[in-house]
Amino acid sequence: MCLSIPSKVIEIDEANNALVDTMGVKRKVSLDLAGEPVALGDYVLIHVGFAMGKIDEKDALESLAIFKEIAEKMQSGEIDERDGDLGLVDRLS
Amino acid sequence: MSIDYLSDYRDPKLIAALSAQIKSEATRAINIMEICGGHTHTIMKYGLPQLLPPEIKFIHGPGCPVCVMPKERLDHAIAIANMKDTILTTLGDMIRVPGSRGSLQEARAKGADVRALYSPLEALKIAAENPDKTVVFFAIGFETTTPMSAALIERTIASGVKNLLFHINHILVPPPVCAIMDSGGEIDAFLGPSHVSVITGSDIFAPIVDRYQTPIVISGFEPIDALESVLMIVRQFNEGRREAENQYSRAVTPKGNERAKALIDRYFEPRETFRWRGLGDIPKSGLKLRDSYASLDAEKIYAEKLPNDPIDDHKLCICAEILKGRAKPTDCKVFAKACSPASPLGSCMVSSEGACAAYYRYAQTL
Repeated sequence: MCLSIPSKVIEIDEANNALVDTMGVKRKVSLDLAGEPVALGDYVLIHVGFAMGKIDEKDALESLAIFKEIAEKMQSGEIDERDGDLGLVDRLS
Repeated sequence: MSIDYLSDYRDPKLIAALSAQIKSEATRAINIMEICGGHTHTIMKYGLPQLLPPEIKFIHGPGCPVCVMPKERLDHAIAIANMKDTILTTLGDMIRVPGSRGSLQEARAKGADVRALYSPLEALKIAAENPDKTVVFFAIGFETTTPMSAALIERTIASGVKNLLFHINHILVPPPVCAIMDSGGEIDAFLGPSHVSVITGSDIFAPIVDRYQTPIVISGFEPIDALESVLMIVRQFNEGRREAENQYSRAVTPKGNERAKALIDRYFEPRETFRWRGLGDIPKSGLKLRDSYASLDAEKIYAEKLPNDPIDDHKLCICAEILKGRAKPTDCKVFAKACSPASPLGSCMVSSEGACAAYYRYAQTL
């Protein structure tokens, strides 16, 4: 019921419905509950037939970039499990 | 660069990196309750407890609306379904939950018209297609789903359809969290619910943090989200902070979805009290239709025909202890024996979000 994977908006009709693509599956959802304007190409969270929120893609990109930096440091042997600050402070503070 | 929201947020290398970071920084035992049943599934599916230091434990919370639905309300649904010329509609998971005498699924097998919906909007379509019947939407769910019921009511009024009624069972997240803490739960911190918070915003958790001095970190649903949230909790304790924080900032804002909240407030108001399976009666924890919409209120219209006796839970079922975070499904005598997804004794096994269902499905990895 609650799980929701970000879905891409590919069409919007006059009745305030969007056609969205979730991992290749297309479906129609209502935009009646979208908290802010939705445009083509946006990623939205779907819940029981409604879009209820938008994903801030810039925010997601930033956090993923930080995680990937940590993983790369681990792989190259720069740090081990006992090392301290791996650069998360900026994101978390 | 575009984001692959699935593989990027489930990348094993990133999971390992965050796990290592948590281990390097953790300094004390922490019991973390994940409020949302969706988080329980992420935690179990990805084996997150095995990636954490042994002194950091997850405790499963009451955030699964099907699990906390009391039998009394289910018996209302069954009574309505069995009435002449009614069609009972509800979201899919509710169909199999046992009331005191069977489930909606069993009522349907005996001839009642019961329909499982993927979206509340289908109820309006069913009502329009069956003008000689009364369709009742049995509405369940926390703040995530309440706006969808409100939107359905709005569309129903606008459409002029007169044969759609509502039996409202919407509930709120903060009251049961307070009830659990007030009852002496051994909980040090919370993973805050993802999609409830998309609607409510993160600000609603600040009063709970202040009152109980427990960090609450709102977490997204992916394994990386959950691990980062654990790290944020660890850091709060290390730094002596007790705050509400938002790890799911790509989707949750401080004020949430104002449009949805306004719609909820237009149609609903708090009930004096609502009974929770396993938790008892909690004041102001459920919603009902405002009196100005009494003509849509199935509970009022059918009041004389709906049963009202309090009902005890199945004696062997320990959903109550599981919902309070005092036991795990594996502590239960009937878990995966008399109680299974095929023949559930309690609602935690029926719902795909319930802790018992999560353990049943993923327990072989433990």
